[in-house]
Amino acid sequence: MSLREALDQRSGEAAHLVLRRATVLDPVADINAIHDVVIRAGKVAELASPGEADTDGAEVVEAEGLHVFPAFFDPHVHLRTPGQEHKEDIETGTRSAAAGGYCGILAMANTRPPVCTAADIASLREQAGASASVPVGFLATVTKGMEGEELTEMVELREAGALGFSDDGLPITDAGVMRRALQYQRLCGGNIALHEEDPQLSRDGAMHEGPVSAGLGLAGVPSVSESTMVARDAALAGYEGARIHVQHLSAAESVEVVRAARAAGVQISAEASPHHLCLTDEAVRSLDPHRFKMNPPLREERDRQALIEGLRDGTIECIATDHAPHQPEEKDVPFEQAAMGVTGLETAFAALHTELVMPGVIDLALLIERMAGGAEPFDLQRPSLAPGSEANVALCDLGAEWTVGEDGYESRSANSWCAGHTLTGRVLMTVAAGQVAFRLRSFSLGVAA
Amino acid sequence: MKHLLSIEQLSREEIEAILDRAESFAEVGRRDIKKVPTLRGRTVVSLFYESSTRTSSSFDLAAKRLSADVVSVKAAGSSVDKGESLKDTIATLSAYDPAAIVIRHPYAGAAQMVADWTSAAVVNAGDGKHEHPSQALLDVYTLRRRLGSLDGVRIWIVGDVLHSRVARSNLIAFQRMGAKVTICGPPTLIPRGIEKLGCEVSYTLDGCEEAEVLYALRMQNERMSESFVPSLREYATNFQIDTRRLNPRQQLMHPGPVNRGVELSGAAIDSPQSLITEQVAAGLVVRMAILYELLAGGEGQASAGEGESSRPTPIGTPA
Repeated sequence: MSLREALDQRSGEAAHLVLRRATVLDPVADINAIHDVVIRAGKVAELASPGEADTDGAEVVEAEGLHVFPAFFDPHVHLRTPGQEHKEDIETGTRSAAAGGYCGILAMANTRPPVCTAADIASLREQAGASASVPVGFLATVTKGMEGEELTEMVELREAGALGFSDDGLPITDAGVMRRALQYQRLCGGNIALHEEDPQLSRDGAMHEGPVSAGLGLAGVPSVSESTMVARDAALAGYEGARIHVQHLSAAESVEVVRAARAAGVQISAEASPHHLCLTDEAVRSLDPHRFKMNPPLREERDRQALIEGLRDGTIECIATDHAPHQPEEKDVPFEQAAMGVTGLETAFAALHTELVMPGVIDLALLIERMAGGAEPFDLQRPSLAPGSEANVALCDLGAEWTVGEDGYESRSANSWCAGHTLTGRVLMTVAAGQVAFRLRSFSLGVAA
Repeated sequence: MKHLLSIEQLSREEIEAILDRAESFAEVGRRDIKKVPTLRGRTVVSLFYESSTRTSSSFDLAAKRLSADVVSVKAAGSSVDKGESLKDTIATLSAYDPAAIVIRHPYAGAAQMVADWTSAAVVNAGDGKHEHPSQALLDVYTLRRRLGSLDGVRIWIVGDVLHSRVARSNLIAFQRMGAKVTICGPPTLIPRGIEKLGCEVSYTLDGCEEAEVLYALRMQNERMSESFVPSLREYATNFQIDTRRLNPRQQLMHPGPVNRGVELSGAAIDSPQSLITEQVAAGLVVRMAILYELLAGGEGQASAGEGESSRPTPIGTPA
């Protein structure tokens, strides 16, 4: 299904744009050339020869030297609604997504209270219809109250529009409950997204277990806390013929498990976050909880390399930010006491472009493919620039340098892992499900002048 | 040096400067009037979020020997009990314009955060399981007095390294002073990856006879309930330092408080090789030296050797 059909957003005017002489890159649709991109009636109407599009009353954007990509899709965002709107809400979270070049996001269900009933889903969809800048899908929890004991009414939740299921934030520790959820998936459909962690192994860990934690005296979360649970659930999914999506892969061992499971025919997809792809536990030496405290924790260089290799060979088909807004009072405390999580929507593309593409670690085309890879595991159409597709378009300046946080954030929270860093590559404009969702203010002013 | 947050931040030269200063305070301690006027009119706040006897009392006494006004705050019974955040507590105490804040906190990095929130010099008196720099300095001081130098000295640190900030600070400090360190204990209590810090690791006491110094750590009772060791009895059988294991040319150390009969036998504690009471005595002069270096160190030579009123105080007027 297209994002407009499947997800909810505030309805607005259909974009009518010509992005003139843009460098258009969509590796999945095999497009890599300079075109005039014509967006009309909610669709990519035409990729015309440069300078030759019929403008026909459209707003013309001079895009020479700029790049047009399929807009990004993030299957892992915390919108904190209901219950913690002081951290983020649907309006600010989707504005943040739009500013990062995203045309769609999936919101996690670990809110206060968790999203467990059809009424919760209906209410959230109604709010998104009134205030979401980009299409949003809502996941429901797998177990009631995220307690890991009883399944939610998964069929009714699906009928109410739940895009899938996740107890993200917590693992489903009881293997029997996990198995029942996978069996029940045959009836209700919908992917099940899994936060993989064995609490008996991670205990009170505050960072990755290794030489850095040994030196800092912080309790460590061992890599096997994640990989053993991925292995358990891959085995269960294979046995039940079910489908799972592994969230925020962090450890080399986990990548290996996913790769082997997929080779064995298990329906398993996986995501990695920009912070795990760019940082290691060395960053934690600063004991800065604002930027470096998250779950799963930042791991070692060998893990980071394994994640990058997973991106390359498709074991990890998508990048997901795990955008997790928190207020300063939850972060202005010693590392072990601080809340887990960092924001990421506004910086994901720029950070990965700066840290992985510019040094030549991965190709731009691979990054673009993986940035939109989160739609298909949830049965949504991958954003595409092929003519006739729903218009999901990100316009970017790959040469633009900017300092993160200098002009504040669209998000209500400021716990960005990139805060204060200068990144290269900036989203100038985002079209999501046919509507203009974001324009960078300075760029818009430049156009007007 | 603006703060003392960790041993990690100190060079060998900086460590030696503090130890040399402590030597001069040891001389003051032998006089009838044990006070010097260096910090007259200045305030030292000591803020302890964990129980402590020797560290808090020796910092308090050290500040008083330097003529500072001392405000001691314990978490129990204070606004911390009422849910005040560390940041707000520091803002409140900073309103007294203290020259230094000495802080012990149950979590790693607390002292470092405090340093960002106050203009006072901050002394880390223990942050979680991270570091306890003043303990490491007093241990190095004690050993240097006994052995002259730590260069090439072999030191075994024995016990619950996983939960010990003393082990971490001492490992770094001993190595920085030229010693060779072996970490010893049951595998469940040795942090994964500790060997990357440059030490040897041993899971038995076999070979500890090579060491010039045995440094035993406190074994806490609650470690059994968490399955780190099956019983204190089994722990003591394998890791207790007693007079059979302790040879006459070895030095024995312990940060205190000791569990008699667990990590050390009573006879070992009372043996002539034991430096435990010297460590406590060293605590006072080393902590005087730390406060002096932070608050008056940039102000010229020590006034420590020169009697009650021979030098002007650097800041503030006499009370």
